[in-house]
Amino acid sequence: MSLVTIIYGSLFYFATLILFAGIAYRIYEYATIPAPLKIPTPPAPKTKRGVAVRLFREVVFFESLFHSAKWTWLFGWLFHFALLLAFFRHLRYATDPVWFWVSWEIVQAAGHYAAYMMLLGLIGLLVRRIFVDRVRHISAPSDYLILILIIGIALSGLMMKWYPTDIFALKQFIIGLIYFSWSELPSDFMLLLHLGLVLLLMIIFPYSKLLHAPGLFFSPTRNQTDTARDSRHIADWARKLES
Amino acid sequence: MAVKEFEKPELKEYSDVPLLEKKATAHLAPFKSKEEFQSSLGYPGELVDNWQDAALDKMGDLLKKYRSLRVYLDSCIQCGACTDKCHYYLGTKDPSNMPVGRQNLLRSVYRRYFTLPGKYFPKLVGAVDLTKEVLDDWYSYYHQCSQCRRCAVFCPMGIDTAEISMAAREIMDSVGVGQKYCNEIIGKVHKIGNNLGLPEPALADTLEGLEEDVKDETDIDVKYPLDQKDSDILLVTPSADFFAEPHVDGLIGYGKVFHQAGLSWTLSSHASEAANFGMFIGSYANMRKLAMRIREAALDLNVKRIVFGECGHAWRVAYSFLNTLAGPFDFLDPKYPVPQHICEVTYDLIQKNVLQFDKSANDDMVVTYHDSCNVARASNMGDVIGGQFTIPRDIIKATTNHFYDMDESTIKEKTFCCGGGGGLLTDDLMELRMKGALPRMEALKRVVDDYGVTHMAAICAICKSQFSKALGYYGFEIDQIISLHQLVGNALIMNKKEL
Repeated sequence: MSLVTIIYGSLFYFATLILFAGIAYRIYEYATIPAPLKIPTPPAPKTKRGVAVRLFREVVFFESLFHSAKWTWLFGWLFHFALLLAFFRHLRYATDPVWFWVSWEIVQAAGHYAAYMMLLGLIGLLVRRIFVDRVRHISAPSDYLILILIIGIALSGLMMKWYPTDIFALKQFIIGLIYFSWSELPSDFMLLLHLGLVLLLMIIFPYSKLLHAPGLFFSPTRNQTDTARDSRHIADWARKLES
Repeated sequence: MAVKEFEKPELKEYSDVPLLEKKATAHLAPFKSKEEFQSSLGYPGELVDNWQDAALDKMGDLLKKYRSLRVYLDSCIQCGACTDKCHYYLGTKDPSNMPVGRQNLLRSVYRRYFTLPGKYFPKLVGAVDLTKEVLDDWYSYYHQCSQCRRCAVFCPMGIDTAEISMAAREIMDSVGVGQKYCNEIIGKVHKIGNNLGLPEPALADTLEGLEEDVKDETDIDVKYPLDQKDSDILLVTPSADFFAEPHVDGLIGYGKVFHQAGLSWTLSSHASEAANFGMFIGSYANMRKLAMRIREAALDLNVKRIVFGECGHAWRVAYSFLNTLAGPFDFLDPKYPVPQHICEVTYDLIQKNVLQFDKSANDDMVVTYHDSCNVARASNMGDVIGGQFTIPRDIIKATTNHFYDMDESTIKEKTFCCGGGGGLLTDDLMELRMKGALPRMEALKRVVDDYGVTHMAAICAICKSQFSKALGYYGFEIDQIISLHQLVGNALIMNKKEL
């Protein structure tokens, strides 16, 4: 077993643990902190079903962003949608036998072209961050670095079209990790770069603004029903004030 | 107090987003609360010695009590979608008045002390130490937020800057740095019963005067009862309604509606204030204490319903929080929501044909409507989605012949705050108030130019007071702001029926 395989294999376990345990812990925290008052923003749904529809529209279409900043919406949505398409394409490396729909031509082709779409979106966001004075003002180094990191992931992934690797061996390696029976990782530079950047992204996820992903679902302005007059909405700590 | 000299913003035909000017309004900060007012609310009288630790402890405490605070500090992607949405940014050009800029003042400290990357790589993630300079910035800029929630509507994560500025104010209060205007007023409500410190005899006298005025005008005995036990309705209204212009014309209107509908109602000297400044300072305990007066008054006067007068933040606390803070209200008539807005009452009576209007009585006015921020974005009316937008407009349309809305991007859930909300309606923040009124004044100017609008109706005591100043400042007439129930009172056809 090569040193590269050992390092990457171990890092994969480490990053996966951080990613899943980290997000699970954040979700646990968000879910257990009370929201002591009703603060939904309009148009506030009256029912839980209404909340589900609202969140769906926010998550899938970025509805609020569409109403507030069209360019940011366009670039942001292109990037996120492309990320989803690329994720579907990559499932062929992690499923064995490959899930039937993953092997569809359209899913694979869409996943490929998504790389360009993703780059377009990310570069648009980066340009906006650099050239719009208000956005530049609020940007910390990490805001640029996260964009650059994901651009790096997209670019290195795309470059593998020209610097190919042994994808059968790669799949063996991934499946090996999943079933705890390791096999060698091809040590091609572009692949190692691509995977390394992905690992970094997984590790920083629960400690960065990437927490907006679970955060949105716990945002009281978006996930509460407007039923304040119908029933009391009292938190445990607030109830103690009543005695 | 005269308005201090500062550069007057120009009213443009088309609003644009200004280039930022760093620290443009860093010099603006309200007067600090004195020891006596701090201690009456349970806060230290001056900055405590170990204030850094105390402030961080308080932040940690609030992070465990308010999901909004925690999730919103974590979830901002710094996308900038909110940066051109705040009226204070548009009016002052100060980037710390961009919603995200304002949030980052607290977020950078949160990151430094409560997150792993902030502890080890502060520069990388924009984390900063909690220094005296940071505290001063908090004091300035968290008192340049009117908690109007316009940013929250536009944020892709729903981040509500009001939640963050409330938390910041509570942290500052807890280390002894409070705002004079809010804390003094809360003290007055606890002691006397209303924001203006109007005692019961003065209140009774004022209401008697009102009855005489209405009698002179209409030759009808419309009553404005105080502390009348066993009335059906307890009306809780902002104390400005008792004598400020144009507020009092609204109160006259409510009385006429109740009279014409034959409803028995009363005001309460114990709960002679609808506004709840406990919300402005982010203090659940103070907010609850203030809300309890209303419950006590309702029990004491043995009423069946509670109705709120025209007041924006009051209606937020009433609609969204009152049941939680001071409920359950199971001793009231279950046929009616608790509480109700005066507009809901009037609207229902119009639907039932109980009220008839002579619209021509308002023909000297071409009216537009200002959606008050807290009514628009933090409450509802009539239990249909968007009722808080349609009900006031339907009442205006039922009582006037000439109504025009302002630009769609400045009304309803996108409405601009008047510039004086959230505990900022104080003379020591006049520069901020006038600059913050700019977006609304620009939108008003457009309908004045395009449709000949002469008057703007509102249903919030703060809006009315603030616009009385801002209209004059921007070259309009100060009496162009009116109470919605002034229109109702003007047009209502009254007959002499005895109760």
